[in-house]
Amino acid sequence: MGTLSENKKAALLSILLLLVGCVIWELSIPAQKAVGELTEYELLTGGGQPKAGVPPPSQVLGKAWEQLSNPFYDAGPNDKGIGIQIGYSIYRVLTGYFLAALIAIPLGFLIGMSSVAYKALNPFIQVLRPISPLAWMPLALFIIQDSEASAIFVIFICSIWPMLINTAFGVAGVREDWVNVARTHELGAFKTAFTVILPAAAPTIVTGMRISIGIAWLVIVAAEMLVGGTGIGYYVWNEWNNLDLTSVIFSILMIGIVGMLLDAMFGLLQRAVAYVE
Amino acid sequence: MSASFLSIEKLTQEYPDGKGDNFTVFENASFGIEKGEFVCILGHSGCGKSTIMNILAGLAEPTRGVVKMDGVAVSGPSLDRGVVFQNYSLLPWLTALKNVTFGVAARFPDWTKKQVTDHAIKFLEKVGLTGDAIHRKPSQLSGGMRQRVSIARAFANEPKLLLLDEPFGALDALTRGTIQDELIKVWSGTDQTVFMITHDIDEAILLADRILLMTNGPLARVAESVEITIPRPRSRTDIVEHPNYYAIRNHLVHFLGQRSADMAGQPADGTTHSPKTVRIDTTTTTTDPSADHLRAVQ
Repeated sequence: MGTLSENKKAALLSILLLLVGCVIWELSIPAQKAVGELTEYELLTGGGQPKAGVPPPSQVLGKAWEQLSNPFYDAGPNDKGIGIQIGYSIYRVLTGYFLAALIAIPLGFLIGMSSVAYKALNPFIQVLRPISPLAWMPLALFIIQDSEASAIFVIFICSIWPMLINTAFGVAGVREDWVNVARTHELGAFKTAFTVILPAAAPTIVTGMRISIGIAWLVIVAAEMLVGGTGIGYYVWNEWNNLDLTSVIFSILMIGIVGMLLDAMFGLLQRAVAYVE
Repeated sequence: MSASFLSIEKLTQEYPDGKGDNFTVFENASFGIEKGEFVCILGHSGCGKSTIMNILAGLAEPTRGVVKMDGVAVSGPSLDRGVVFQNYSLLPWLTALKNVTFGVAARFPDWTKKQVTDHAIKFLEKVGLTGDAIHRKPSQLSGGMRQRVSIARAFANEPKLLLLDEPFGALDALTRGTIQDELIKVWSGTDQTVFMITHDIDEAILLADRILLMTNGPLARVAESVEITIPRPRSRTDIVEHPNYYAIRNHLVHFLGQRSADMAGQPADGTTHSPKTVRIDTTTTTTDPSADHLRAVQ
């Protein structure tokens, strides 16, 4: 062990923890009682049906194998592959998210550069920001009259705030010296914004984008449970209604993995724009 | 005075003092700088040196007064006036080379990319930065190297007036010496006019044609303009041998140590405060009219 690097030790420990966790989980679930000989009466009252219970990890793994080996099948409205469901969710998240970025980043620039704009818009931001995104849902459904677009709107409204606030904060915090460098080089407003302020504020802006994508992925599951039809959130709820807990656990894991990947993408972006003063 | 390349006329800077009154940093400061001159300004903290610099750069507006360059009033920053800031002000996300090309591309927008890069590399070489170092980010460079990049950026733009705000203030003495030599080297090949703030008397004597002395603030003024009567090229080891060196140095030390405080806070009488020219030259026998004012000679 002494010769292993820290990362390798940590990886080994992670795998060990996973195995121990799975074994405990597997052992803690009482085996279904073998159905012996039943009287006709017992069969009629459903005594032969296995009792619903939390499935063991072996079963979840089996489900995962089955689902992931054919992720894109489409056998009707309530029977689609996990890939299709996740695809719908990602499509909604990214659409709402990029619409939000399109508004939040320029607006954040404006707020960051002008203290009047900041003071004028601050009360609205402070009131709108703490509203749970799902609270907008009924209003969105009524006004937009389309469940798909309403889900996108909910993503839009929840991801706009961290990006807006971080952009404004980053832009306002750009060092005076760097702005003076732009001024002494007679750069115009747009040139200054793109060649000095944007790269200077980029780490803060991308941090806001990373927080936003995390929130958007949290919210989409809940939103899809409400609007129904497609998406990973709907899938979880639908499998719950089917009392298929194996699928529920499997989809929970998939939600975590996709969220992790989305976050990792922004982590890479964050490293790309980082600088040391 | 009006014929000077750069003329500062009746410059006054006031700030509100928070009690409804105004706090006057300096008042009716007037002086001129000729083309190709290297002028240093010496004074204690708080006398408004940096404010004058910012006004010359166009980054700040004076309360009253004008600055004229080539007969045209200065308003706002311009590529004709390059600035080397005390804290280098390099953009940390760009490499040393990109920091210089950033300025060159702004100065010469018609140039091709290759022209811009070649020009930038030429000036980085002049300050002794070559090879791998120019592709590093400022955070990977030492303080001295960063200030070299900053100087290269300013000189590469070939501004009519170069403003240096305590460029060596944050450097250790040895690095400071090397970069001073490099600054002289880059400057002497040009007819660049330089205006530099410093706290270091020896640095000012080594570099300047003329030193402006400021009294203490508030109500500071540019009291004297001391000519450095030591021929160029100067080297730091040779100038101390020159008979005028200690005469000038003593005069400056005496001014900063004593008279800058004695003369401070003299209320404005409305007259223009032009600095009195002081010429200290012990090598000639001709009596200079201003020599009467000398307080300290060796």
